[in-house]
Amino acid sequence: MKSFSGKVLFLDRSDINTDEIIPAKYLTEITKEALKPYLLEDLKLDGFNPNSDIKGKKVVITRSNFGCGSSREHAPWALEVNDINAVFAVNFARIFRQNMYNCGMLATELSEANIDDMFDTFSGKDTEAFVDIEKATLTLKAENIQKEYAFKLEGFDRALVEAEGWVGYADTNY
Amino acid sequence: MGKTIAQKIFDAHQIDKPFEDTTIVKLDAVFCHEITTPIAITDLMARDMDRVFDPTKIKAVIDHVTPAKDSKTAEQGKILRDWARRHQIKDFFDIGRNGVCHAIFPEKGFVRPGYTIIMGDSHTCTHGAFGAFAAGVGTTDLEVGILKGVCSFKEPKTMKFELTGQLPKGVYAKDAILYIINQIGVNGATNCVMEFAGNIVEEMSMESRMTLCNMAIEAGGTSGICYPDITTVDYLWPFIQDEFDSKEQALEEYSQWTSDADAKYEAVYTYDLSDLEPMVTFGFKPDQVKPVTKMEGTKIDQVYIGSCTNGRIEDLRIAAQVLKGKTISDDLRGVLSPATPAIYQMALKEGLIDIFMEAGFCVTNPTCGACLGMSNGVLAEGEACASTTNRNFNGRMGRGGMVHLMSPATAAATAIEGVITNSTLFEGGQ
Repeated sequence: MKSFSGKVLFLDRSDINTDEIIPAKYLTEITKEALKPYLLEDLKLDGFNPNSDIKGKKVVITRSNFGCGSSREHAPWALEVNDINAVFAVNFARIFRQNMYNCGMLATELSEANIDDMFDTFSGKDTEAFVDIEKATLTLKAENIQKEYAFKLEGFDRALVEAEGWVGYADTNY
Repeated sequence: MGKTIAQKIFDAHQIDKPFEDTTIVKLDAVFCHEITTPIAITDLMARDMDRVFDPTKIKAVIDHVTPAKDSKTAEQGKILRDWARRHQIKDFFDIGRNGVCHAIFPEKGFVRPGYTIIMGDSHTCTHGAFGAFAAGVGTTDLEVGILKGVCSFKEPKTMKFELTGQLPKGVYAKDAILYIINQIGVNGATNCVMEFAGNIVEEMSMESRMTLCNMAIEAGGTSGICYPDITTVDYLWPFIQDEFDSKEQALEEYSQWTSDADAKYEAVYTYDLSDLEPMVTFGFKPDQVKPVTKMEGTKIDQVYIGSCTNGRIEDLRIAAQVLKGKTISDDLRGVLSPATPAIYQMALKEGLIDIFMEAGFCVTNPTCGACLGMSNGVLAEGEACASTTNRNFNGRMGRGGMVHLMSPATAAATAIEGVITNSTLFEGGQ
């Protein structure tokens, strides 16, 4: 299984699309590693600087409809090659969400109240996330504050995370 | 309780249900292009699994950047080309025979009512116009589709959009779908099939239905879908005439792919579109839509007519009708990309290409190119494009550029005036 814990990147906006996550001009790359420098290059978000804000982050927390638009799996890959294997949001675009699980990564829904609370409590602070896949909990820690949030990881999603992706699962089962 | 067309298609294709909310469906077609397929191919090779489930059910095209613009795009084309040859994929369309995937595959008769189709391209929802379940997927789903001919989906919840009344002159399927996306928002149909029905859809050509279904994904929809009818049969007839004694027989067979009157929907929206005006986007999301009359006078640097949304013959005819005998403004440039070679040839024979060229348009080969800012008409920083494509995301057609989505008629009128202009002015409409 992949590693899902580490420092948090807060992206305080809804409807972040896959063109923003990785612009189309980089889709001519034929290795995933080549996408590394371009993650979130075109993100429209006040105060966000991809050159300094991404480094060292392992978990993304954002608002709703993350990953809308193009089907490009380059979006999960651009996250993956930057060691970001988990995104938490209120909800996701279907194709992006499936692509994440197909790669054995997490695109996990939390209630709007929980997401609001995370932004209110932790955004702007140097925040560490601990993801417990077994218990399906996300614990955030910054300064002297610590909070635990429960999420759902069931059925097919869990099977894909445990199988590290859909190719292995499908080859075994179909 | 009755069933929707999407549920019926799932029932007919289900091979497993490993979890309560997950269905594994058998695929009738897997479509491939050179942007999202090569990494699937190289990954299969690295896993020592370089196989295909059925070469007759895989269709491939080089369309996004063609002819290749640099070594990297040439390499992507080469990987796809070599793979198609290696696996005897006969329906592979290379330079000279290639067109925009969601235009050329229907045109070749590869889409049938009741089919399940995936492609590593979000606008695969277009093919639902034929009464098929067609979904865009990522490279891993595509890879498994190529290898095993299966794909996983959640239960196909459906939203029904009943379009009634009569579209006014100068108002088209593009205006209708922009209006719908504005009404429900960019994630208004996430995880749902968008079923389009009502007398307006029944009266639409296959081209218009494809325009409608093409933008389902812009509301988050998994697939667009229309019920197959005699219009569908007429379009498919050259490809199915050996399978049926008559069109009536084909229609009867395809009529199984419709929704029951008591089918269960997530939501039903009814829109009387009799007063709909031509629509255009502002901002960077496809649900940011206004009537063209509210955006008139907005300065434009480039007009782009083409793409899987609006690059078909009907679109070229409509734009040419507006452009005939006129020249485009000196303050902008016009780019036309007919979506397939057959459309290009038809447009040549009908004299449409003359009209575009005499008006001052640059006519390019069929390609996705400029729509996603890859080639053939990329914008410079600060420029605005009036475009018949489907996405106005920030930077979509070039970093720092703005895209205004609109119908071919509005795009043509805008080209003449140099600013966003209501096409009905040129068509003797309202």
